[in-house]
Amino acid sequence: MDSELRVKSSVFIRRLKLAATALVLWPVTAAASPSTSIFSTLSTPAREVNGLAFFVLGITAAIFVAVSALLIYALIKFRARPEDTAEPAQVFGSMQIEISWTIIPILIVTVLFLGTARVLFSVQDAPKPASALDVTAVGHQFWWEYHYPQYNITAANELHIPVGQGATGRVTYLKLTSADVIHSFWIPQLGGKTDMLPNRVNEMWIDPAKPGLYLGQCGQFCGTQHAKMLLRVSVDTPEQFAAWVAGQQKSVAPLAVSAATSTNDAVDAPTGQKVFEQQACINCHTVSGTVANGRFGPDLTHLMSRATLAAGAMNNTPENLKGWITNPDDYKTGSLMPAMHLTGKQYAQITAYLQTLK
Amino acid sequence: MAETTIPIPSGAVTSERGTYLETIHSWIVTVDHKKLGIMYIVYALLFLVVAGVEALLMRIQLSAPNLHFLSPQTFNRMFTMHGTTMVFLVGMMILFGFGNYLIPLMIGARDMAFPRLNAFSFWLSAFAGLLLYFSFIGGSGLPGTGTAPDVGWFAYAPLTERAFSPGHTIDYWTVAILANGIGSIGTSINIIATVFCMRCKGMTLMRLPLLAWIYATMSFLTLLAISPLTAAQAMLMMDRYLGAHFFDTQAGGSAILWAHFFWIFGHPEVYVLVLPAFGFANEIIPVFSRKAIFGYPAMVSASVGIAFISLSVWAHHMFTIGMTSYGNAFFTLSTMLVSVPTGIKIFNWLATLWGGRIRFQTPMLFAIGFLFQFLIAGLTGIMLSVSAWDWQLHNTYFVVAHFHYVLVGAIIFMIFSALYYWYPKMTGRMLDERMGKWHFWLMVIGFHMTFDLMHIPGLLGMPRWIYTYGADRGWGTLNMLVSIGGFVQGIAILIFVFNMVWSYFKGPHAGPDPWDAWTLEWSTASPPPSYNFSAEPVVASRRPLWDLKHPEDPDSAFD
Repeated sequence: MDSELRVKSSVFIRRLKLAATALVLWPVTAAASPSTSIFSTLSTPAREVNGLAFFVLGITAAIFVAVSALLIYALIKFRARPEDTAEPAQVFGSMQIEISWTIIPILIVTVLFLGTARVLFSVQDAPKPASALDVTAVGHQFWWEYHYPQYNITAANELHIPVGQGATGRVTYLKLTSADVIHSFWIPQLGGKTDMLPNRVNEMWIDPAKPGLYLGQCGQFCGTQHAKMLLRVSVDTPEQFAAWVAGQQKSVAPLAVSAATSTNDAVDAPTGQKVFEQQACINCHTVSGTVANGRFGPDLTHLMSRATLAAGAMNNTPENLKGWITNPDDYKTGSLMPAMHLTGKQYAQITAYLQTLK
Repeated sequence: MAETTIPIPSGAVTSERGTYLETIHSWIVTVDHKKLGIMYIVYALLFLVVAGVEALLMRIQLSAPNLHFLSPQTFNRMFTMHGTTMVFLVGMMILFGFGNYLIPLMIGARDMAFPRLNAFSFWLSAFAGLLLYFSFIGGSGLPGTGTAPDVGWFAYAPLTERAFSPGHTIDYWTVAILANGIGSIGTSINIIATVFCMRCKGMTLMRLPLLAWIYATMSFLTLLAISPLTAAQAMLMMDRYLGAHFFDTQAGGSAILWAHFFWIFGHPEVYVLVLPAFGFANEIIPVFSRKAIFGYPAMVSASVGIAFISLSVWAHHMFTIGMTSYGNAFFTLSTMLVSVPTGIKIFNWLATLWGGRIRFQTPMLFAIGFLFQFLIAGLTGIMLSVSAWDWQLHNTYFVVAHFHYVLVGAIIFMIFSALYYWYPKMTGRMLDERMGKWHFWLMVIGFHMTFDLMHIPGLLGMPRWIYTYGADRGWGTLNMLVSIGGFVQGIAILIFVFNMVWSYFKGPHAGPDPWDAWTLEWSTASPPPSYNFSAEPVVASRRPLWDLKHPEDPDSAFD
């Protein structure tokens, strides 16, 4: 009992220390990253919503100022004073006044509704251009899967799309669905969120104005790691996008097998591949062109083309990669990837292999 | 026209003190609406503290980026239990408690229409709450292996299906809410029967105190809202144990079906909670302005109108779920229409203040806080009803801030106001005014620090339900301030709890009518005897005590 208490208190102290470190470092580490403000919009649907938002903000602010000014005035003007002894005149109501403050809100509602309806229909029912890029995005606990049917590509977590505006612009149409529970696809700068539901396909479109990195994250609670189901969208120039597509379409070259591979001793990529393929890794992950063809986890064929691991939970560095496959719970508690309980050497070998998946 | 006749109590009612065992026994077996009402209120206040602690634990975890104070699993349990507790065990229970206590007294009756149903409903709802919390101990089937439910208070399918939520936590949640709902239905039937059948002589429907009108409306709404919830819980249980596939998407079920069922309950539920707060304001604002309520018929029709419209707005919680543009447009319009009767109410309260002699005692302070905060909550509600904008705002901290503005800024503030106002009636003692002012000002400061600032991370892209966030997102400073505000509110509520206990023993005696008010409950002793009125009162206007106090200018002359 005593030792258990001590363990608990040491956990508590470790958490306190972590908290203190985070507190100290937080102003320092709060470096500029791409905005997720709903007001710094960079695509047509987001911009139309933004215009509507400011219109509604204007009207509601005016109502707030008018009503609260009246309230404050009434509270000051009609406060009880010590010299008051009698009750004030009793007024029971007035039909004219009631009618006027029924009709004025109805007029305001009409204006707000018409303004909303215009944006609603223009965004939701926009015709799809023939040149549009099709992407099917599938939500998983707790990562994203993308299919590009026009290019026969499968990617994970980091979405690449071309710039959507200008002479060479190409609009992206997303079909959204889920493999398990409800998720929601949301990149604030590019548009509002659309839910991803199992057994159903929802659609949305975006036409980013500028190349660059855009951030977002899952918008509907989906389980333990909803918080670390982060979204990264790389908006590419047409050339960059073509290059990325070509890279993703490339199949993985078979690795040259050395003598040491047969004994599983060498810490190199070919041995790593062998170990990888002998473990349960391949039940969930695909590396195209190999025996690994699992569909439950992210496709690893071009793992090294991604900047982050585990849906944005950490940067894609060799140390993080090794730590992640050693014990996923250290980085993303509750993620569905299990720790495989291999030896340190085996983890090193698999890491070496995964780093060749460019 | 009948004259108002109310027997004015001759003095304090003395009751014989029994042993402790007898006292406890008398509370357990009681069918007295006043004792049941007080039990509802005390039960709800206990859970208010529990759910408040859950909120503070979450606020510690979110006060800076990348903290490890709570594990993700614990955090998810905290927000699920916080939401479920606040809605079902605090909001519903405390409002039913006031309804139980006040309605018979206000309409000159000796008890509710069905006293035994009343006791049954209370104990059912109360044990449902204990069942929900038992999941912490036995949620996985064996004692000591428990976990609380962790799926959010609206528990979207298919996350609640056995494939994604094994164990029994969801079952505790489902059965607890189902049982709690049966208690709510019992109380609603009771309130409707009481208001329509038990009024004293002369109390026509147009002389009914607005609070009783609102409770009748809210009870009809509860009957309509709880039924689909109960049906959905039954379907979920069938999915989990009998191989049904209503929400089991892996077998062709529909996730949207649950969302519809839940929100057909969930949105009227918001009005079930907020209407009684309006009812308190309708009683308290006139008394402290020293004027009759402005536009009584408009207030009645606005309440009933809100209840009707609220039945057709549920899918505004689902603007991102993939409805057609026409569906979105319909629910935009229906939602915006709620603002019309709500606006009428705010303007009528304003007109009641206008020309009055406003007394700033603690109940009125909370009511004034309510007026401003409800105004803001309504305006952010209009923003959220703009469906295209809601695609951005949905499920962010902006929404969290909005509905806490309604639930805390409006409802909890009015509940505090009501407690200060009717505590003297319930206990015979006044609450301490000085502590009351401390409570009010700390609550206002803490509330605005927390919930004003909370809108901003939402606009900066922070979704709800996340147990942590990266340092690079720029949400840290705001979240720290929000958390500090939460603790200020916690201190305010501690002062209030202390005030309630201290004043019960040391507060000055209240007498029957400490606020110089006008409705029937103030005509009997504080606390009222078990039979409420020694003879049935007869009323001739909406304000029977005004008529008695001002025979030269009675309301009944204009009735």
